[in-house]
Amino acid sequence: MYNFEFSKPGTIDEAVAALGADEAQALGGGQTLLPTMKQRLAAPEVLVSLTGIDQMKGICLSDAGEVCIGGATTHATVAAEAAAHYPALAALAGRIGDPAVRNRGTIGGSLANNDPSACYPAAALGSGATIITNTREIAADDYFQGMFATALDEGEIITEVRFPVPEAANYQKFVQPASRFALVGVFVAKYADGVRVAVTGASSDGVFRWTEAEEVLNGSFTKDAIDALSPPSGDMIADLHGSAEYRAHLVKVMTGRAVAAAS
Amino acid sequence: MPKDHGIGASSKRREDLRFLTGRGRYTDDINLMGQAYVHFLRSDMAHGKINGIDTSEAEKMPGVIRIFTGKDFEGVGGLPCGWQVTDRHGNPMQEPPHPILAQGKVRHVGDPICAVVAESAAQARSAAEAIMLDIEELPAVIDMKAAVQDGAPKVHDELDSNLCYDWGFVEENKDAVNKAFEEAAHVTTLELVNQRLAPNAMEPRVAVGDYAPGTDESTLYTTSQNPHVIRLLMGAFVLGIPEHKLRVVAPDVGGGFGSKIFHYAEEAFCTFAAKAIQRPVKWTASRSEAFISDAQGRDHVTKIELALDADNNFTALRTETYANMGAYLSTFAPSVPTWLHGTLMAGNYKTPLIYVNVKAVFTNTVPVDAYRGAGRPEATFQLERVIDKAARELGVDPVELRRQNFVTEFPYATPVAVEYDTGDYHATMDKLLEMIDRDGFEARAAESKARGKLRGLGINSYIEACGIAPSALVGQLGARAGLYESATVRVNATGGLVVMTGSHSHGQGHETSFAQVVADMIGIDEGMVEIVHGDTANTPMGMGTYGSRSLAVGGSAMVRATEKIIAKAKKIAAHLMEAAEGDIELKDGEFTVAGTDKSVAWGDVTLAAYVPHNYPLEELEPGLEETAFYDPNNFTYPAGAYACEVEVDPDTGKVEILSFAAADDFGNIVNPMIVDGQVHGGLAQGIGQALLENCAYDEDGQLLSASYMDYAMPRADDVPFYAVDHSCQTPCTHNPLGVKGCGEAGAIGSPPAVVNAVVDALHRGGHSHVMHIDMPLTPHRVWQAMHQA
Ligand SMILES: Cc1cc2nc3c(=O)[nH]c(=O)nc-3n(C[C@H](O)[C@H](O)[C@H](O)COP(=O)(O)OP(=O)(O)OC[C@H]3O[C@@H](n4cnc5c(N)ncnc54)[C@H](O)[C@@H]3O)c2cc1C
Repeated sequence: MYNFEFSKPGTIDEAVAALGADEAQALGGGQTLLPTMKQRLAAPEVLVSLTGIDQMKGICLSDAGEVCIGGATTHATVAAEAAAHYPALAALAGRIGDPAVRNRGTIGGSLANNDPSACYPAAALGSGATIITNTREIAADDYFQGMFATALDEGEIITEVRFPVPEAANYQKFVQPASRFALVGVFVAKYADGVRVAVTGASSDGVFRWTEAEEVLNGSFTKDAIDALSPPSGDMIADLHGSAEYRAHLVKVMTGRAVAAAS
Repeated sequence: MPKDHGIGASSKRREDLRFLTGRGRYTDDINLMGQAYVHFLRSDMAHGKINGIDTSEAEKMPGVIRIFTGKDFEGVGGLPCGWQVTDRHGNPMQEPPHPILAQGKVRHVGDPICAVVAESAAQARSAAEAIMLDIEELPAVIDMKAAVQDGAPKVHDELDSNLCYDWGFVEENKDAVNKAFEEAAHVTTLELVNQRLAPNAMEPRVAVGDYAPGTDESTLYTTSQNPHVIRLLMGAFVLGIPEHKLRVVAPDVGGGFGSKIFHYAEEAFCTFAAKAIQRPVKWTASRSEAFISDAQGRDHVTKIELALDADNNFTALRTETYANMGAYLSTFAPSVPTWLHGTLMAGNYKTPLIYVNVKAVFTNTVPVDAYRGAGRPEATFQLERVIDKAARELGVDPVELRRQNFVTEFPYATPVAVEYDTGDYHATMDKLLEMIDRDGFEARAAESKARGKLRGLGINSYIEACGIAPSALVGQLGARAGLYESATVRVNATGGLVVMTGSHSHGQGHETSFAQVVADMIGIDEGMVEIVHGDTANTPMGMGTYGSRSLAVGGSAMVRATEKIIAKAKKIAAHLMEAAEGDIELKDGEFTVAGTDKSVAWGDVTLAAYVPHNYPLEELEPGLEETAFYDPNNFTYPAGAYACEVEVDPDTGKVEILSFAAADDFGNIVNPMIVDGQVHGGLAQGIGQALLENCAYDEDGQLLSASYMDYAMPRADDVPFYAVDHSCQTPCTHNPLGVKGCGEAGAIGSPPAVVNAVVDALHRGGHSHVMHIDMPLTPHRVWQAMHQA
């Protein structure tokens, strides 16, 4: 790790101002950023911690019935407090990493980082969530732009994420044996206006919606409907832990299981 | 009633108090006044020619004290290899130099090129980033079979080829073995890979070098399993420091599993640099560095063939193995695929003819050496897999096929040069079957099937050789060291004892179990015995801990020294009680005279030894301190039977271990709880190998699994609750405790049980084309095996 300045503002405005400095970077739970800095792969000159901003922490229900989660809310808090409103989302948060990771890592950090194997991107895309930043609101469908790429501008902060609550939903995570991130994770959510299926871990383009599956599930929300499909095509990741073909196969298996568990 | 003290009692591990409360004193806890820090700049390419190293900018960086390169070590010895293997043709192995810092070439990712010594670790690292390297990348050789092809790039230009040796064992049997194969009624052949593993001790390696100019003495604090071995190798072969001017201390060590046996460049560097800059020099490995600088384990590619007669008796066994040495010969690397592997190929069976061929190969990868089990897991895995395959091909019960071929008479001289002194392989198999309810398996399999899962059962035997080893024998086999062990027992005036042992404890619990033995012999409280180890300044020359040798060899030395103590104490007691020495008995810490009511307490005798007012000074020296060296006259042969029950998810290929049972014969047991723990740990590592762990290189020699993001260590929920039994006991016939060693058995016996079980599950699920899957049996590999044509 190289030396850096540290600031911990109490408001979003102060954070935005602090992030205006040269080579400044936001710090959420530090579960991704700090290991990267220790390996000297990142070298911000100023770290602006967001975890002292009360406005960005906690969970509530909006008047429209959406679950609203502050951008600096930890996975552990989501696991505990979202359970009553959105059990599938809480269960997803409860299976990220280990207790230490869950007690530090934040939803904003996870979505900003957009690791191709991370769990929250599947929930956000699969729920058609809205990512709220200090400057605008971004629909999940516009937010994710490929591995580690998002619609966020330099210095833009995720202050809140709003999840419409589905009629039924489930997340199936098939873990990569070493990291226990998702080798393939599938989030299925059934809304009055249609089913959404979001897949993480599998594609070289990052999280994506499996539209063929959504279509058949709109007709029949059953595992059988998925069993009749071919695995998704597209540019799947191939590495030590699984070939492209295996990942595509897992997408289908996990989608079927998610539907079975949700219905 | 289980015993509550002494030999046979599950005494609580006294060392755990400090380990579990954060009060251990590990090498990284040692900080010396004025200490500097070193950072090693390591090669990021697998093979390259060093054209130039420019340190001029780096030297100007803040805090830099001095930057060392290979040039500073010209004329200094390289790291020595401790075992010379002779090949099939009677020629010595090819033995390339192993410089402390790279000279001319880099040969694996992680090969140290420069060492930056600075005021802080961060400054050293920053300065290392400013070094300008001019290295021309050369084609890397990674695959062993490609490495021995004509025209393959050479890891060491000065050698004839990448072949370290081509070993045949027993070469004279080769023709007879081939003939037996021609005459066989059935031959089963299996090709398999025993994959490379990273040892991953919880504590990464650390070295602190210190030099005292006033006395010209060097001290090295290091994470080692055998400080005397390091002192000898580093002092005599690398740095030219006489042993009386060199002290090596290995304090609390957080696990080794073999990887901390070897003498490493960083140890020699810190000792050398401390003298060069006249300040202590410290190095602490990061986990990332451990992955590319700790010697790794296994990495064999094998073809094994088993010949059977018409009655299913094993008639011959033939193997061909490629064994990866990595880029350099680590300290004991050549011995692992040969003498620690070929000699175990008989297993528990009376196969009369065996021929083992091993080609050891240099590649542009991290050096490979002994890792928990060292050679014996490789032997067991091949043998127990090929037997299972044979049973499947012949349509016979795998347990019965084994039983039919078990060695049953002891001592038994194998056709591969060793003699099993004792054992009872049917007994451990019987015990195992009792533990696992084999008869109920079909019902359990049906229940799994109803849930869409495939259940399988894998059973195997194993034997291993521990207590390494008779010095004269290993000397003939090429060891450049003796393999005795030592102990000094010092009795204090008030009756307490300190035992200074050449064995080293790095998790095994010697401080507890060794004390149990001595206390039991004298009949005193275990709390009166303290075990001291790990410092060449206060322990007798010892060979250290590996190969499950500590109790069998180190414990035996301790018993011998304690016997000398008791003999002398009896003389003193006889004098005090005015009785004949031959009439003195020692029981429960009391000396008595047979047939009388006279007695003196242990403490009275020890006091008399040091306050010799009433003492036979004409015949006996005062004091009570004895040393013994023990050189075993054979290996010990722990053996047993293991069973694993798995469930495979046919949709994903994921394997879940439902149960694992181990019936071991370790001979006599000193502390059953510690033995359980050793077996549990070994099983976890064996299951880790079977299902999870894999050191994978890409074709350019980059380590793909260079962190825990990609190297899968077993975690608590990957392993089941184990059923462990060691009630079958055939005591070792040639050491005074009758003990065999239990440290590696779990890691040796378990991988074939897991793989046998998975193959069984797949067959039951209709995937009858799957005869083998190479470890680790990741979901991906199992799924691929099911779906391959
Ligand atoms: C051992 C381990 C296991 C893990 N397992 C999983 C897993 O199974 N599944 C999974 O999904 N993840 C996993 N993670 C990742 C974990 O969820 C991280 O917490 C998360 O990816 C990053 O969140 P953070 O708050 O720690 O962000 P940080 O590390 O602090 O920051 C990450 C990036 O996001 C930026 N950032 C942070 N907060 C904001 C914000 N509010 N607005 C804009 N930018 C921001 C930072 O500048 C940085 O670029 C694991 C991590 C570890 C260490």
